[in-house]
Amino acid sequence: MEYKDYYAALGVERTATPDEIKRAYRKLARKYHPDVSKETDAEARFKDVAEAYEALQDPEKRAAYDEIGRRHRSGERFDPPPGWDSGFEFSGRDAGPGDPTDYSEFFESLFGRHHRAARGAAHAGGSDHHAKVVIELTDAYRGARRMLSLRTPVPDESGRVTFRERQLEVNIPRGVRAGQQLRLAGQGSPGIGGGPAGDLYLEIEIAPHPHFSVDGRDVRLDLPLAPWEAALGASVTVPTPDGRIELTVPPGSAAGRRLRLKGKGLPGTPPGDLYVVLAVRAPAATTDAQREAYAALGRAFAGFDARSELEG
Amino acid sequence: MAHAQSMIVEAVVIDETHRFTLTQLVQVCGTERERLVALVDEGVLSPQGEAPEHWRFSGSELSRARKALRLSRDLDLGPGGTALVLQLLDEIDALRRQLDRRVTPP
Repeated sequence: MEYKDYYAALGVERTATPDEIKRAYRKLARKYHPDVSKETDAEARFKDVAEAYEALQDPEKRAAYDEIGRRHRSGERFDPPPGWDSGFEFSGRDAGPGDPTDYSEFFESLFGRHHRAARGAAHAGGSDHHAKVVIELTDAYRGARRMLSLRTPVPDESGRVTFRERQLEVNIPRGVRAGQQLRLAGQGSPGIGGGPAGDLYLEIEIAPHPHFSVDGRDVRLDLPLAPWEAALGASVTVPTPDGRIELTVPPGSAAGRRLRLKGKGLPGTPPGDLYVVLAVRAPAATTDAQREAYAALGRAFAGFDARSELEG
Repeated sequence: MAHAQSMIVEAVVIDETHRFTLTQLVQVCGTERERLVALVDEGVLSPQGEAPEHWRFSGSELSRARKALRLSRDLDLGPGGTALVLQLLDEIDALRRQLDRRVTPP
């Protein structure tokens, strides 16, 4: 398994004081927190930072990690000695930053895991779990079936956690929106002593689309038109997330005009609308005939001032 | 790691019409009651009903509650700081949507 350099993840020296470690973590957490950051790899970076902090902020864990670090040479793979983690007893503080189910194999081989629900309860309902699922916009229009691979923590008798991988096929109903939650009843962690299992919640994220943008139930498309289509009106074929449709562009349409296609947004009660925002694209003139056509246009619109808005 | 057989599961959409009691939201978020009460006091969450035992949270508050709890845990924020961060994030989202409506890609 891969050795993790927690000091490098936080950008601190191995001799850093607890205060230096905390400051470094706070600064990086604000930068990479997935709820705040727009950096593309924010989620992965934040996991590394949170895990590093969790290992280094606790004096017992840090001492254990430093012990490993003294024997480890950089670039080498890391194999925990047999029975390694049984030599340390951790106080089992409550989970630190980040989602503890996301900690790396390296972290878990060092520090093991204590399952909160498993301690001190003879009979209890299982806890609810959360995951995120990214779907395409077309999936939100039509519904989709998704295969999910889940790593479920399973506590053994001593409260130590192992992972079981399982696959779920989920029917995602049509009309789901970004940020919405889906509940899969009974798919959370198992209950204890005959208690009911928890539920699994999936948060929906809609993958960005090159042409469509989504705002709640409404969807927007920028539709380029040739100048003569905008001026004279036209019937154009327009892609929607649910297939192509014929759209009548009224004569005299200016760039920026919004056409509302009622009910063509995300399905639901009520369904959202599809807003088509008109843009005008003027072609470049490359032949004599095309240049003459532009010249004729100029003569016909002798009084037109494209820069009138800049006056005054 | 054992591979169990795959099974098909129906998903229920938790939308605005869904209602959580405080006890249910505590269970779903895996948190403590006091933390959610503090978020209500700061106006981060706006349940219907007066007393905590009558509070009803709409389904869309679940994502918001979870986001607030993540920020509070990971950045060590108090309820007031969490409320401010969420308010600023809402403003940024609204500005981004405005920008998105105005700028037409070339």
